[in-house]
Amino acid sequence: MNSNWPLWEIFVRSKQGLSHKHVGSLHATDEEMAIQNARDVYTRRNEGISIWVVESKHITASNPDEGESLYDPANDKVYRHPTFYNLPDEVKHI
Amino acid sequence: MENNYSSLEEKFQAKIDAEIKIEPKDWMPDKYRKTLIRQISQHAHSEIVGMLPEGNWVSRAPSLRRKVALLAKVQDEAGHGLYLYSAAETLGIDRDTMYEQLHSGKAKYSSIFNYPTTSWADIGAIGWLVDGAAIMNQVPLCRCSYGPYARAMVRVCKEESFHQRQGFEILLNLSKGTPEQQRMLQDAVNRWWWPSMMMFGPPDADSPNTALSMKWRIKRFTNDELRQKFVDVCYEQAKTLNVTLPDPDIKWNEDRGHYDYGEIDWTEFWQVVKGNGPCNKQRLDTRRKAWEDGAWVREAALAYAEKKQTRKIQQSKVA
Repeated sequence: MNSNWPLWEIFVRSKQGLSHKHVGSLHATDEEMAIQNARDVYTRRNEGISIWVVESKHITASNPDEGESLYDPANDKVYRHPTFYNLPDEVKHI
Repeated sequence: MENNYSSLEEKFQAKIDAEIKIEPKDWMPDKYRKTLIRQISQHAHSEIVGMLPEGNWVSRAPSLRRKVALLAKVQDEAGHGLYLYSAAETLGIDRDTMYEQLHSGKAKYSSIFNYPTTSWADIGAIGWLVDGAAIMNQVPLCRCSYGPYARAMVRVCKEESFHQRQGFEILLNLSKGTPEQQRMLQDAVNRWWWPSMMMFGPPDADSPNTALSMKWRIKRFTNDELRQKFVDVCYEQAKTLNVTLPDPDIKWNEDRGHYDYGEIDWTEFWQVVKGNGPCNKQRLDTRRKAWEDGAWVREAALAYAEKKQTRKIQQSKVA
């Protein structure tokens, strides 16, 4: 009974000016059907004005177990944040 | 190794306790994964089978207004099933396996859908009581510890509210109608009340998995807690409909600050769960037939997609 159509990840832009956001996944035979199905499954109430579909197998994700070492380089770089710099209170608009 | 496992489990529990969501690729205990696969897939099956009792009335809805609303509701149930199947898939079970479990009878779905819809008033009663009970269950699931399930439930709950209101409106109209319509209303409430009460599952004392599900924050309230909320809310709403809940023991309990209610017939519940409800066979037969009759569509769609792909490759070679 192996009729499994490929799995697609669906991203929807809810309005102009915002980025596409992952909303879930669905099965479809190709990209065209994936967009049509995404319209019916994820935007029945005007939730979107633009849809991206990506076949799930094409997504590479970082490994959560390596999270600490992966993001570690950013941990000790407080000088990347504006509050690291000491300025007197009277300086305005900065 | 043993040591390592328990520290993983401790870390996992610490995340849960800190209300940090678990996401698909995170480590999780096997039992957590299995519990969620069972719960989410059963939930998905319930949405899909739940279309059948209502589909029964689409062609006989009393007006175009009622018909478009019922169609939209049935379409939503299909959508809810799809959100949930896709959430379950993130745990490593594939779609066909879940369908197979439903069609073979191995997987359960909510027993409420094994009752027949014999009058139009039933569509109203399903919206009010069945969707009402479902919402009671589902709202806390929006805060479930498993991210994809919680996110699916947020979408479901937003949409479910229209379902309940359309049901209540149907009943409200009947309550203002002819004596015969009022009788229809009361009859529907009489038949749907107790099965709706059973939707929360067995009493806490007979629900051995509840403790673990609460510890893992899959569940936030016990079956009996949710059932009590449901009784308290419905009793008040019934007054607006001028209808009586078919339970002579319902009465306000000043000490508890809740309504007491009568004994639930758990023998009936277990009979329906085991497959002996009025419509179990009919529901499964309909599901299987839909799946089998749709086989050629699934095959044709795949063949068409392949043909398009081949043509694209050939064209790019020519160019």
